[in-house]
Amino acid sequence: MRLIDIFTTASGNMFRSKLRTTLTIVAIFIGSFTLTLTSGLGTGISSYIDKQVGNLGGKDVLIVQPIGQGPGSDSGPKAYDPAKKTSATAFGTTTTALTDSDITKIKSVSGIRSVEPNFVVVTDYIVGPNGKKYQVSANPYVSGTKVELATGDQVSNDVSERQALLPVDYVPALGFANNEAVVGKSVTLGVTDGNGKQHQITAALKGVQQKGLTNSGGMNTNEALTQEIYRTQSLGLPKAVTNNYQALLAKFDANASPGQITHLKDELKKKGYAAKTIEDQIGTFKAVISGIIAVLNAFAVIALLAASFGIINTLLMSVQERTKEIGLMKAMGMGGGRIFLLFSTEAVLLGFWGSLIGVGVAEVVGRVANHIVTTTFLKDLPGLQLLTFPPISILAIMGLVMGIALLAGTLPATRAARQSPIDSLRYE
Amino acid sequence: MPAESPVISGRDIIKTYGKGDGQFTALRGVSLDVKAGESIAIIGKSGSGKSTLMHLLALLDKPSTGTVSIDGQDAGRLPGRTLNTLRNKKFGFVFQQFFLNGGASVLENVILPLKIAGVHGRERRRRGLEALRQVELEDKAKNKAKDLSGGQKQRAVIARALINEPQIIFADEPTGNLDSATGAHIENLLFNLNKRHGITLIIVTHDEDLARRCDRQLHIKDGVIDVAPRPRRGVRL
Ligand SMILES: Nc1ncnc2c1ncn2[C@@H]1O[C@H](COP(=O)(O)OP(=O)(O)OP(=O)(O)O)[C@@H](O)[C@H]1O
Ligand SMILES: [Mg+2]
Repeated sequence: MRLIDIFTTASGNMFRSKLRTTLTIVAIFIGSFTLTLTSGLGTGISSYIDKQVGNLGGKDVLIVQPIGQGPGSDSGPKAYDPAKKTSATAFGTTTTALTDSDITKIKSVSGIRSVEPNFVVVTDYIVGPNGKKYQVSANPYVSGTKVELATGDQVSNDVSERQALLPVDYVPALGFANNEAVVGKSVTLGVTDGNGKQHQITAALKGVQQKGLTNSGGMNTNEALTQEIYRTQSLGLPKAVTNNYQALLAKFDANASPGQITHLKDELKKKGYAAKTIEDQIGTFKAVISGIIAVLNAFAVIALLAASFGIINTLLMSVQERTKEIGLMKAMGMGGGRIFLLFSTEAVLLGFWGSLIGVGVAEVVGRVANHIVTTTFLKDLPGLQLLTFPPISILAIMGLVMGIALLAGTLPATRAARQSPIDSLRYE
Repeated sequence: MPAESPVISGRDIIKTYGKGDGQFTALRGVSLDVKAGESIAIIGKSGSGKSTLMHLLALLDKPSTGTVSIDGQDAGRLPGRTLNTLRNKKFGFVFQQFFLNGGASVLENVILPLKIAGVHGRERRRRGLEALRQVELEDKAKNKAKDLSGGQKQRAVIARALINEPQIIFADEPTGNLDSATGAHIENLLFNLNKRHGITLIIVTHDEDLARRCDRQLHIKDGVIDVAPRPRRGVRL
């Protein structure tokens, strides 16, 4: 029998018992629908995170800290060493501090282009046209970062003007009429120095920043403003403390390969520094999300496995019902291999239709859900596509479902292929 | 091949079904030769082993001991693939039941052997209609098989048996379920094929009249060939 005939015969046989076939397809549909949604969710969220990480810029920046500190450190508590310097940080904790000599040491590592201190700055309040004071945190701007803006421009680290971006929810609170009204205006920031005395610093607003995962709270401050806040908050503190840094930002070649970055990290580790890229820091967060998505996907696959038993059942019944027909075809010279192919094709076709409908409906539901979600409770996260369906993963899902169906079809198909023509013909 | 050499020959065929206590020997040493172009009737009581013998000669089953040869070759030594091709190309089958796919059209049913052989669609259709014409069922080609009458179904089955222009047609009770008029029609069809196209006929039957029309009668009794059957006095089945 030619392949095209096997295909059309299998296709025709599939609908000889319409209700049974339909129910099986529904089972497969549910599985592939769920899998498409969960994997669409996974793709949507992780591509959003990737975009946010991209917004961070700073792809060429390593955050350098003494080994044993910072997020994700795996070395446990460190024994206290009186010889090591500590610094009072904005968070009020004491950590081993980095000094100007560390800057020189890190600069000497080949591949490192420049090293700057990562200032931790603390602001007390922000006040705008209506004179109301609000708490605010400051977020030193890293050059090259593309902060998502509602309006205006990015701040610049290369100017002496003290610049900031205003988070979007401060716009009405501070008394601005709308986003556009913010650009070019200025706000006043309150900062407390080492003696407990409060100072006021004026900052020019360059734009309004959107909410995102990576710039959720703080306002972005340019280098001139950051320096000024840092200088102010350090007033009255001993020199030994002010020249100590919790972390340093080391820049390297933006085109460096992952291998080269790893090499840089190793070099710094040899010198006693732990270095992480911004992506590394986000990585943990991403891993948690991926974990959740993986669990959801696993549930969908379980649904598919349940559906595969439906396929086995349907096809076993078909084989049973068509015993005589199989016997006749074998008597007329159809080989076991072709019979196997006939039933396998039928299984794959069940998988094909089930997954096609599942994927199609999931895509429609996904679009609707995206629309609802991004216009209601997640509307503060612009650019978020909660469910994303790249064609590649759609094809992969259909392939997977058809593969499962093919496997499920092996048992009935083998049974059909092994039937002796005589027994089948005598079958009552 | 000289005309006299047998197309099929069976030697000391023993066929045992089952194992242990449930064991049953349906054929107990049968030998026969079938010459090309002849018509043979296999007759005997129900359960005597007629269908079993036919299945063995048609290479649908293997004897427990003994050999079946086709064109002088021991079929037991031929690979399954060759046997399949042999059955597909050289044999036509009429089984004790119709084995029609009721939901499919008559034409679809009739062309099944050609489909298995891998013949293309248009050619299949042409030959299918030709075979249906031979059994005078052309006008029913598009009807569903389940809507045919008993006699029409049997004619459809015969069309299916001759569509691949076989050398041998095996027919198991071809007139068994039919009234005598329709039965006679089917008989004529078969013997026409035998006379005009030289197709060898191996017919299993209870029907003495049908058996008499054949060149040769093989009486089977309890799994062996009965050489001197007692005449059945006026008993008709
Ligand atoms: N698969 C099998 N297992 C066990 N016994 C079988 C099997 N097939 C056939 N038999 C037995 O073999 C004997 C011969 O069967 P067969 O079908 O050849 O009879 P038959 O002569 O064709 O009878 P009928 O005229 O009723 O069709 C019967 O007694 C039957 O019960
Ligand atoms: Mg029989």
